[in-house]
Amino acid sequence: MINAVGRDIPQEIIDATGMKPFAGAFARHNETYTKAAPTVRAIIDPREDKMVGSIAEVLKKCGIKDGMTLSFHHHFREGDYVVNMVMEEVHKMGIKDITICASSLGKAHNPLLPMIEDGTITNIQSSGVRGKIGEAISTGKLKGLAIMRSHGGRVRAIESGDVHIDIAFIGAPTCDKYGNMRANGGKSDCGVLSYAYVDAQYADKVVAITDTLVPYPNLPASISQVNVDYVVEVDEIGNPAKIATGAAKPTTDVRKIMMADYCTQFVINTPYFKDGFSYQTGVGGASIASTISLGKIMKERGIKMGLALGGIAGPMCKLLEEGLIEKIVDTQDFDLTAIQSVATNPNHFEITGSEYANPMNKGAYVNQLDFVILASLEVDVNFNCNVVVGSDGMITGAQGGHPDTAAGAKCTIVIAPLLQGRIPAICDECTAITTPGETVDVVITDYGIAINPRRQDLIECMKGTKLPICTIEELRDKAYAIVGKPEPVKFGDRVVGVIESRDGTIIDVVRQIKDYEWDD
Amino acid sequence: MNPNLNRLRRSMMFLNAQKPSLIKDPYIYKPDSIMLDLEDAVAENQKDAARYSLYHALKEIDYRGVERVVRINGLETAHWKEDVRVCVAGRCDSIRISKTESAADVLAVQAEMEKAEEEFGVEKGSILLMAALESTKGILNAYEICTASPLLFGVALSGGDYTKDLQTKITGTGVELAGARQSMIIAARAAGKQCFDTVFTNLDDMEGFRKEVEMIKAMGYDGKSIVNPRQIAVTHEVFTPSQKEIIFAEKVVKEVDEKKAKGIGVFTVDGKMIDIAFYPGAVRTINMAKAAGVYEGDL
Amino acid sequence: MEVTSTAMAGTLESSDCQVTVEPGTGIDLSIESSVINQYGKAIKKTILETLERLEVKDAKVTVVDKGALDCTLKARVEGAVFRASGYTEDAICAGKKLPWGGAIQ
Repeated sequence: MINAVGRDIPQEIIDATGMKPFAGAFARHNETYTKAAPTVRAIIDPREDKMVGSIAEVLKKCGIKDGMTLSFHHHFREGDYVVNMVMEEVHKMGIKDITICASSLGKAHNPLLPMIEDGTITNIQSSGVRGKIGEAISTGKLKGLAIMRSHGGRVRAIESGDVHIDIAFIGAPTCDKYGNMRANGGKSDCGVLSYAYVDAQYADKVVAITDTLVPYPNLPASISQVNVDYVVEVDEIGNPAKIATGAAKPTTDVRKIMMADYCTQFVINTPYFKDGFSYQTGVGGASIASTISLGKIMKERGIKMGLALGGIAGPMCKLLEEGLIEKIVDTQDFDLTAIQSVATNPNHFEITGSEYANPMNKGAYVNQLDFVILASLEVDVNFNCNVVVGSDGMITGAQGGHPDTAAGAKCTIVIAPLLQGRIPAICDECTAITTPGETVDVVITDYGIAINPRRQDLIECMKGTKLPICTIEELRDKAYAIVGKPEPVKFGDRVVGVIESRDGTIIDVVRQIKDYEWDD
Repeated sequence: MNPNLNRLRRSMMFLNAQKPSLIKDPYIYKPDSIMLDLEDAVAENQKDAARYSLYHALKEIDYRGVERVVRINGLETAHWKEDVRVCVAGRCDSIRISKTESAADVLAVQAEMEKAEEEFGVEKGSILLMAALESTKGILNAYEICTASPLLFGVALSGGDYTKDLQTKITGTGVELAGARQSMIIAARAAGKQCFDTVFTNLDDMEGFRKEVEMIKAMGYDGKSIVNPRQIAVTHEVFTPSQKEIIFAEKVVKEVDEKKAKGIGVFTVDGKMIDIAFYPGAVRTINMAKAAGVYEGDL
Repeated sequence: MEVTSTAMAGTLESSDCQVTVEPGTGIDLSIESSVINQYGKAIKKTILETLERLEVKDAKVTVVDKGALDCTLKARVEGAVFRASGYTEDAICAGKKLPWGGAIQ
């Protein structure tokens, strides 16, 4: 069945998952539904001790068994130890058919590979995967289906009961003996615990794992004791050096700076750039550079940002300190400056993943965005973006908040260098689609800027600027003139992954990768 | 006359001709010229490989109007003659002669170039020359070098080798290069040629770089050799005339054109005495403003 | 061109490719590329055309590509073939002239 972005979704996948094909970014607006709920074991007796001596013991207490769904958060990024630590014990116990439901997985989780191969883990649901897990999925080693969800889409899936978490393991930088978890302080300080909040609310069993046990009560708590069954203290839950990098030096790559300047010029020439505007950006070199160059112009013109949203890095916090931003509303911290800021600055707030991006609550923060600045591996001539599947067909990337913010923002800008080596970023057809083109307004490359023809208003705004505006077809042609037209990747037949739209429909599927075959 | 002789050359960016990632699309950074290097950037055992790479780059990559200068190996090496052949066969825009010390050096390259033009059926005079002065002898012979050939559009200082010859080093103060810079620009202007300054290698010192560009511009230089795209914007900025300068130049050009038709030789613009001698400078200012994209008049 | 020795040209840096040419019988070509899925055919075509222009009939040719453009693929094949066929830089400097615009294009 062909969905609203023109992708052919096989009937057997629709049948097997019960999911519907994507019907448009706002197709489920106004729908009503009843939320799922966890099965809770009441802790009435005040003598019950939530502290448990080891991961193995807590697994037993939680009644671990074959076929369960275990959940994890990714606030420790590539410094995470929790997923591997828990799964090693599960593996030792000989448990099979586990579904991992993580807010994201990365290269830090390469040690899960043997568990995928031997059937300990048979399903993976995540924002995305990199490294060995991505390869394992793409090469067909995972027995079940991988489901890739956006940050907002994951919350929606959990709240609506599309996925039910049996046990949530929440790595907590600090925790008290009764389960109050905070992201600040401790050895593995990660700033916020936004994406773990929904797990705590909807999992049957909730386990806090910490390396820094603090006196009771640990307040203000990101996750409250009322949702926590057990607390386990371990030596280390993460590698601080990989959780947050030091202050990154602003990029000196002229190409990125040039694209960042284009982006800033674009932003300031829209009607949305006025006092109190809201803004979100990623942490790539060009994004950070655009934050810096935008800051300069805000200062010159005396325009303040009302809201900075999403994943936060140092340069944004600097603007907050300089009084150029009213409030930062944070779901993820990328460096030590951001971690420090959320802990100390009263105008820097932590919110939950649902508040951030869930499309099926009563209005997420992304809906209030004026601008979002995103990156993309590929953008097709219909402005559809791919941030999950490499141009070689291998799963290597995460949706993150990409489709959520794109759908929410009034002006969605994607920055992508036209060429990565020989691979063109602008192409006839993306290898996979994660973000529908109807929600993407502008693509900025080093070779020119294309505005989505749906946005005649923005096209009009840019007339009279010196920006190198062209059509997206012209960008594609420029790319193909240099590198040649790429052949589409030839996949095998088996579907190994579903790219879920934020509203729970299927926007695309990923098939098993196939060795390249010469024609003769 | 080759129309490229006096083209705008504020920034001439060095690129190793042998590095695919560098030569692929440097036009993105909008330098006025790129200098595809066969000389110092290329290891001795890759001199041949660099030529094949250069040839296909010249033939197949659309550099979008950026001048393609090739720096060939020095005349003291055995490489340079084949370098000239590939430059001509690939139809580069200009050849930069390394370590030029005399008019004879220029003529030797020109002779080899003409032979190659014959061989490859390339129109005579379509490829220009420039000379890099890298020794005290070269500096002393600057005027003779500048006047050696009508195809030579200018000279460039190569500060590293020059200071070694001078038995000193780059100090950062510029004192060691002062004499050479002065001698060169005087010789170049006397010969009606362009003049380009040496590279500035400390990429982190953008302030120092800017000061140096401001200085050489004040000295009369036409442009700067660039080692990294980061240096291009600053260079162009320094070489971009101010709105005040542009408005004045515009008036001068218009007045001269008008008064010349009426046979008037001297007149005033904004209370300043003007004659025909102001004209070339004013045209240069307008051209510079156009290149920088800041000219909005109708000239 | 007759390939009489083993020679290599190019690097494994991004946007480059490394080509090794050895004496052999017929054209024995192997290609490994970081962009094989998208450009495998195009790469093979360029390599074979370049070999043909150079009139290489017998050689074992190994290409390890890192996303090189056509101009680089050609340059690296030529580099390896000429090196393997007696056109060393010494020979070129001594007056062995390369066929620019002829076999090289």
